[in-house]
Amino acid sequence: MIPAEFEYSKANTVDEAILALSLSEAKLLAGGHSLIPALKFRMSRPSMLVDISRIQELKGIHEEDGEIVIGAATTYAEIMADDYLRSQLPFLAAGTSTIGDMQVRNYGTIGGSLAHADPAADWPAMVLATDAAIEVKGPEGKRRINATDFFTGFFTTALDENEIITAIRIPVPPEGTVGTYQKFAQPASRYAMVGVAAVKTPGGKVRIGITGLTEKAFRASAAEEILSGKALDDNNIDAAVEAAFRDTEPMSDRFASAVYRKHLAKVYLRKALLEIA
Amino acid sequence: MNITINVKVNGVKYSNTVEPRLLLVHYLRDVLRLTGTHIGCDTSNCGACTIHLNGMATKSCTLLAVQADGMEITTIEGLAKDDQLHPLQEAFRECHGLQCGFCTPGMIMTAADLLQHNPNPNEEEIRTALEGNLCRCTGYHNIVKAVEFAATKMKKEVAV
Repeated sequence: MIPAEFEYSKANTVDEAILALSLSEAKLLAGGHSLIPALKFRMSRPSMLVDISRIQELKGIHEEDGEIVIGAATTYAEIMADDYLRSQLPFLAAGTSTIGDMQVRNYGTIGGSLAHADPAADWPAMVLATDAAIEVKGPEGKRRINATDFFTGFFTTALDENEIITAIRIPVPPEGTVGTYQKFAQPASRYAMVGVAAVKTPGGKVRIGITGLTEKAFRASAAEEILSGKALDDNNIDAAVEAAFRDTEPMSDRFASAVYRKHLAKVYLRKALLEIA
Repeated sequence: MNITINVKVNGVKYSNTVEPRLLLVHYLRDVLRLTGTHIGCDTSNCGACTIHLNGMATKSCTLLAVQADGMEITTIEGLAKDDQLHPLQEAFRECHGLQCGFCTPGMIMTAADLLQHNPNPNEEEIRTALEGNLCRCTGYHNIVKAVEFAATKMKKEVAV
C-alpha cells in the first residue's frame, strides 16, 4: 500500500513546527506508527508532513518543578529504559511494555499516541490515573491541558489546529504511591480491548483511568469516590466495581460486544484494585 | 518535491533522491535491490520487514525512506561478515528454525536486537521479544531454540 502524495519537511525546533502547521494542511510526523498506517490506507491525506522526530527539546525525561516531564517525542523504548521514571512510577514502564511489540516500541512516541487519541491506546489511561497535564504549544504560546480535559471524543482531543504537544507532566508522586496497569489485549494488535490504570496515594486517594471501553479514555469517578480514603477490601472493591460502569455505554465491534467489554472492564478493574490494595 | 537522503546501509553509503511517500522497505527492495527484507502484511503486524535503524529493530513498512535520512541501516544482507554467517543465521540453519523461510529475515533481525540488549535470554524473554514477528508455518518452537543456540554461541565467541 502506497500513501497519496505529500510534501515533507523537517522541523528543527517546536516553533518551526508550529509555523509549518499554520501554513498548510500539515500533519506532524514523529514515530509515525499511527500516522503512516493511516496514510497507507489513505484514511488520512495531508498535503504536508512535518517531521518533528529530530527536535531535541521534545526528547527525554527529567524532573522539573515537582513534576516528571516526559518529552512528547520520547519513544516507548526510551520510557521503558528510563531509570528515573522507573524509580518514581515503575508501573508506567511496565504498562508501556505491553504496547504493540518491540519494533513498534522502538519507534512509537508517547506524544503521538496521545495526539492520535485512539480509544484503545494504553497511555491515555495512564495519564489519567497519574493526574498528568499535557503541555502544548501553539502560535499563542504554551498552555497546559489536564488529562481529564484532553480526550474529547473518538480520535479527538482538546488540541487546537496549530498546536503541538510538547510534554507530558506528571506530578512527582508522594512516597508510597502505588500504581498498576492491567489490560486485556486484543491478541493480534495488542491494543487494549480494555485497559485499567489505577494509582493509590499513601493518603488513600485512588485515581482510575479506563481505556478501550468507550469512544474516549475516561476517569472512573464513581469508583474513585467510593474508594477514596477507604481500605481496598473486598466489600469496597465490590461496591466500586459495581458502580464504576453503571452509566457507561461501551463500544461494540467485531472483537467484543458492548456487554462483553463491560464485563471485561469490571474484571480488569477488580484486578487493578487488588494489585494496589 | 522529491528529497535527497543520505543513508549508510550495511556499511555502504548511498545518496538517493526519493519521493517523500516512498516507504523505507520499498527503498531497500526496489531502489537498492536488497530484497532480503520481505513485505508480508504491509500493516506492521507480521515483522517480515524488520531491519535495524541506528541499531534498533524496526518495521520498515511503517517508516518513510525520508525518515531514515542520516541514519545507519542494517538489513539481513549485512549480518554475515566475509562469508562467515552471523551466529543467528547459523543457528536458524542448525536448529531448523525455518520452513518456508519467508519470516526468517525479520525473525533474525529482531532476535539480533534482543541479543544486543540481553545476551542471555530465557525462553519467555525470547518469545516476548519475537511477539511482533509472525511465522505462518508456525515453526516457533525451533525459532526459539535457534535464538537460544545463537546466544550460547555468541557468549562462547566473546569468551574466546
